[in-house]
Amino acid sequence: MGLKTHQLKNPYNDNIFIRMKGKPVLEAKGVNKFFHSPVKTQVLKEVTFQITRGEFVSVMGKSGCGKSTLLYILSTMDTDYEGSLWIDEELVTEKSPNHLSKIRNQKIGFVFQFHYLLNEFSVLENVMIPGLKLDQKSRQELEHIAMEKLKIFDMQDHALKKAYQLSGGQKQRVAVARALMNDPLIIMGDEPTGNLDKKNSDIVFNIFKELAEEFHQTMLIVTHDPEFAAGTDRIIEMEDGYIINQ
Amino acid sequence: MKIGLIVNIAKALMLARFKQTFIAAIGVVFSITMFVALLGFMNGLNQLLDGLILNRTPHIRFYNEVKPNPNQPIDLSEKFTGFYNIIRSIKPAASRLSIHNNEPIIKTLKEDPRVLGVAPKISAQVFYNVGTIDITGVINGIDVEQEAALFAFEDYVTAGNFMDLKNTANSVILGKGAADRIMAELGDVIQATTAQGNRIQLKVVGYYQSGLGDLDNVQSYASINTTQKMLGESASYITDIQVKLRDFELAPSMAREYREIFGIDADDIQTVNAQFETGTQIRTLISYAVGITLLVVSGFGIYNILNMMIYEKMDTIAILKAIGFSGGDVNKIFITIALTIGVFGGFIGLFFGFLAGLGIERIPFETEALPTIKTFPVDFNPKYYIIGGIFSLITTYFAGYFPARKASGVDPVDIIRGK
Ligand SMILES: Nc1ncnc2c1ncn2[C@@H]1O[C@H](COP(=O)(O)OP(=O)(O)OP(=O)(O)O)[C@@H](O)[C@H]1O
Ligand SMILES: [Mg+2]
Repeated sequence: MGLKTHQLKNPYNDNIFIRMKGKPVLEAKGVNKFFHSPVKTQVLKEVTFQITRGEFVSVMGKSGCGKSTLLYILSTMDTDYEGSLWIDEELVTEKSPNHLSKIRNQKIGFVFQFHYLLNEFSVLENVMIPGLKLDQKSRQELEHIAMEKLKIFDMQDHALKKAYQLSGGQKQRVAVARALMNDPLIIMGDEPTGNLDKKNSDIVFNIFKELAEEFHQTMLIVTHDPEFAAGTDRIIEMEDGYIINQ
Repeated sequence: MKIGLIVNIAKALMLARFKQTFIAAIGVVFSITMFVALLGFMNGLNQLLDGLILNRTPHIRFYNEVKPNPNQPIDLSEKFTGFYNIIRSIKPAASRLSIHNNEPIIKTLKEDPRVLGVAPKISAQVFYNVGTIDITGVINGIDVEQEAALFAFEDYVTAGNFMDLKNTANSVILGKGAADRIMAELGDVIQATTAQGNRIQLKVVGYYQSGLGDLDNVQSYASINTTQKMLGESASYITDIQVKLRDFELAPSMAREYREIFGIDADDIQTVNAQFETGTQIRTLISYAVGITLLVVSGFGIYNILNMMIYEKMDTIAILKAIGFSGGDVNKIFITIALTIGVFGGFIGLFFGFLAGLGIERIPFETEALPTIKTFPVDFNPKYYIIGGIFSLITTYFAGYFPARKASGVDPVDIIRGK
């Protein structure tokens, strides 16, 4: 298992990539997050950090320190926070829900711990849906792109299966393919290997690594796995709602 | 954003819960079927019952009322002009029941573009002499052809041929009730005495049955000529002019207009038969109420199923939102599901409703009172199909509205965290 280099078509021209390296993709400034029930507790405290283009960043920290909470805010799904958030140099704090939906669709690819595929659809359709939603290319083109994404993960033979007919590891590979569908600015993952056995977790881990190396894909991945973290460009360490090291 | 994707997702969700979706659609089919069949049947009956009276009733009837002369001699006396004169126990003058100058009146009416047709008539009180007893009755002298053309006279002649009335001299078509009472068979000759004392022999050439027992017990028909001869009057003697209009809504205003011009009494159909309108309206109202109740109930079925679907498909909704679908998109998906159920259910319902109408129309319905009716009447007016179709869309839309709003408000973080 691994990338089939002959199939790779780097979506980013290397020159452009190099020129753009250093541009901030994601920036959080003084983000505070409170939960009000059962009692008011502050889960994120003055979180401030930046991710630049092409970086492969992991987030580590003890259970309950606020990693998932942070990721939901960064992915624009949670808008109930203090502080400000820039995505692609655009301030997204206080933007309308519809606008945030568009940003999620176009610029963010999300991979969950539990593979969250749409069971009503085939594998190919699952991968295509973000593209169909974006609605910038014809259906044939999108089918072709989706197939290419599946090939990266060696899942092309399963394209016509229904999502629920796959194994856990296969589902997660499809989920990553889906996250890549619109060539997003950044991929965010919340313990994407957390629910997989060693073998599958290695496969998915390798996928991320190769995405970083071959495609220079910007990624922000929450993980408990020190080995995984060690393979990334940068580790953001959290404790009790603070970033203690980045 | 393409509507195609919304429809695709809606379709996938429906297929995933095909059984429930199907049952919701059956609810709509059933209620629309009932709605259309019920309204068609009810209105068929309405038209039948109204027709009994309204088809037989002229839209405007001109006649002379027996009443006292408004110019009493005392008013002419110079001696009492300054007084307020009260006369008790006034008697009607021997004024003529006959309509004076009826030929120009009929001509004027026939030339009015609003008028469909005019039929003159004579009402004559008679006694049928049966052995030693006299039985009262009314003989209507009619213009047979006009009466048939305007008031479907032939439909109510249940025995014999109505044209014999015109072709046979001194003939009569007896009301079925009257015929039974005087025990007259077809071809018999009966004797009648008019109020003025003239005696006449009449040949029974048919029975008349309107379906209204009271009417059939007294009313009989003869040609105008026969009736004039019977009464010993001239060929210009006519007591009623019946008018049928193209649009019967105009009857009250036209009755008023011509009452002034001709100086005779005129009754319009609305005033005479106000209670029939009311009955019809109430029956229609009840059928609409029942039909709409059915639709609302099926609406709750759709509401339930969509709610259930939303609970089951929370994950799907959360993923869709996470990958960039807005609340509005999710809303559209569930509204699409609701409307699809409404459109398909409604369409099939209309079709089944039509079949049900055809079925009801075949059920034999024979009754003594309604001689022209052999099966149940059904009204296939497209109006009910259009209303049924629109209502099915409206109710399913509202049934989908609240669940869809709920789905669009789902917070993906809650769902993803909850896993
Ligand atoms: N909806 C909520 N209401 C109240 N408190 C919450 C809610 N969601 C999370 N928390 C609390 O916020 C804190 C951070 O939770 P979060 O899920 O971000 O932790 P985490 O770092 O992702 O942990 P893990 O590694 O176990 O996934 C926890 O103490 C949790 O109990
Ligand atoms: Mg977590």
